[in-house]
Amino acid sequence: MNLEKVIFGFFIVLAATLNFGFFIGELDNPIHHDVYELFAAIVVNLIATVLKFGDRTHIGAIHLSTSLVADLQLIAAALVWGYSVHVAGAGMTPEITTKVVSLSGGALFANVVSVVILIAETIMQKR
Amino acid sequence: MNPAAYESTFFLALRRMRAPLITIILIYAVSVVGLTLVPGVDAEGQPTRLSLFHAFYFISYTATTIGFGEIPYAFSDGQRLWVIVCIYLSVIGWAYSIGTLLALLQDQNFRNAVRLQRFGQKVRHLREPFYLVCGYGETGQLICRALDPLGLRAVVIEIDEGRVSQLDLHGLSADVPALAADARQPEVLKLAGLTHRCCRGVIALTNDDNANLAIAIAARLLAPGLPALCRAETVETANNMASFGTRHIINPFDKFGRYLALSLHAPAAYHLLEWLTGVPGTVVEPHRDPPRGRWVLCGHGRFGKVMVSTLEEMGIPVTIIDHAPPVEGDERWVRGDGAGAPALLAAGIREVVGVVACTNDDVNNLSIVVTARELNPNLFVVLRQNLQANQALFDAFESDFTVVPSQIVARECLAILTTPLLAPFLSEIKQRGEAWASTLLDQLTERFGWEAPTVWSARVDADQAPALLRLLSVPAGPPVTLGDVLFDPHDRAQELECRVLYLARADDSTVMLPHRHTPIQAGDRLLLAGRGAARGALDLTLHNENALDYVLWGREIPGGWVWEQLAKFHARWLGSGNAPRSGDAAS
Repeated sequence: MNLEKVIFGFFIVLAATLNFGFFIGELDNPIHHDVYELFAAIVVNLIATVLKFGDRTHIGAIHLSTSLVADLQLIAAALVWGYSVHVAGAGMTPEITTKVVSLSGGALFANVVSVVILIAETIMQKR
Repeated sequence: MNPAAYESTFFLALRRMRAPLITIILIYAVSVVGLTLVPGVDAEGQPTRLSLFHAFYFISYTATTIGFGEIPYAFSDGQRLWVIVCIYLSVIGWAYSIGTLLALLQDQNFRNAVRLQRFGQKVRHLREPFYLVCGYGETGQLICRALDPLGLRAVVIEIDEGRVSQLDLHGLSADVPALAADARQPEVLKLAGLTHRCCRGVIALTNDDNANLAIAIAARLLAPGLPALCRAETVETANNMASFGTRHIINPFDKFGRYLALSLHAPAAYHLLEWLTGVPGTVVEPHRDPPRGRWVLCGHGRFGKVMVSTLEEMGIPVTIIDHAPPVEGDERWVRGDGAGAPALLAAGIREVVGVVACTNDDVNNLSIVVTARELNPNLFVVLRQNLQANQALFDAFESDFTVVPSQIVARECLAILTTPLLAPFLSEIKQRGEAWASTLLDQLTERFGWEAPTVWSARVDADQAPALLRLLSVPAGPPVTLGDVLFDPHDRAQELECRVLYLARADDSTVMLPHRHTPIQAGDRLLLAGRGAARGALDLTLHNENALDYVLWGREIPGGWVWEQLAKFHARWLGSGNAPRSGDAAS
């Protein structure tokens, strides 16, 4: 067992699960989508991105790019949330909730790709 | 270290930044979440909590020590307690990250990796033709300095870092990407642009024959079409290079041996060759011709062997002085120190006509010839100079021939690179015989003096002579002869100070010393010799249609549409024709 692999897999899967946890629920219902979960998803995604730094392989490069996509989507979701709640002062209306959740849905897709790559990589290891 | 290793250093550096970056992310996350969880009070004294947005804002400016104060309301003591923890956490986090980053930037491997990356980038972004020069010693410096004013770029690989840093001090006008690396490694050569589409040739000039051989092989395999110019100081290396088809192998000693042989049997041809290949601007002094009779040679090394075989081929007996014991039964060998009078006297220095000092030590060589001249003032002296740095000493001693290997190699390289037509012309000279060479030399030196001329090639193609090519491609246009274009584009009464020596047609036929009535055809290549100014003037004529028109027919063509229309109108009504050149009938 390789401790590095454990940590790596842990963060990738955790990023996907947190993202999924935030995403699941009625699309426009703010009660189903907790902003702390979004925050946690962003933090874990950033850590997963940094963990992918410095891998020279092709798969490593794809890993990094999917992670960057997820970061971008989640940060965009956070910006929308911050703007509507604190700048516009509208609060979490159904329209805003829909926007934030659908952006996180995009990130979820990127995270799922990451997990698929991780699984594929694991299966390719013939041990 | 090779480029692949450097690249991995780069990834290694990124990996090393993982831990500090993750630490910072975690510290931020914990601080922000903690701050939102601690209860506070708003302006009315109602319990409230910071939102994630405000908490992130607060931690961002606190962690970076900017400190805007407590927002949106003054903090409760509980919040302040947590902020104290956050401040120290973030200071530790940043100190750790910045410390790691600085250590990384100081790391020699990492800096080399950055340098290599920059070099590779510079080379990749080159969009003009360049030459890859391996070895920036004396020869490499001479070549780079000569290529620079010609507008040809160079990329330098040199194993000695000190020399690479000297490059900045040499004041070349174009930027020369240089790398301190071992040119024997194919990866280094590739990075330096061996396979770049603008690379015009590889010049291997290191002082190590094996390295030159390695470069030649790499060039042959990685860029088969690319001309490679390689220095080889031993016959074995030269043969080895030739075996896999290296196009230009330059052995300075062999080259000089051939010069000496030529000057022995055809002095005029030799002088002509020396005049044509001299460094432009220097005065070529016609020295006395080497005498026939017994010679003494000191130092039977690489150069010495070549000299002995050259002289003996010419039927000149040689006595050798060397420290090494003689080959069994060799009559011509005197064992001893050439710098001392006893050995020279033993070799019969008073009776011989010439001396060759060719050890690999400059001081020794000078000492030999000074002693020899004292014993026999009429000696013809051939002196080998190993280091350019000793130039002053060699200038002070007036030898008949001073052999500077680095200069011979540089000259030969430049001749091959910049004037490819010179080689066939020179070999033609050797075949034409003494009388012919002597007449030509007299003609040329009478016109241009003994100062070495600028010798250059011009080609009638879209690149080098667009104006002339357009004129020639007009169907049934007037024929243009060589004599027609060789006039000053500023004053067409003045003939340009240059002469066409050789003409190579597109169909591979050649003309020696073409007459001025020879018509020019598209695709012709010309070899010209003359003053530097004539080269610029001719370039202008060949590039600029107005200048060409003026030189050929004396018309001043106006630029711009309006003036052209006016000129046409003027020509139609007033009938201005082509002015014949004064003296045209006479020529």
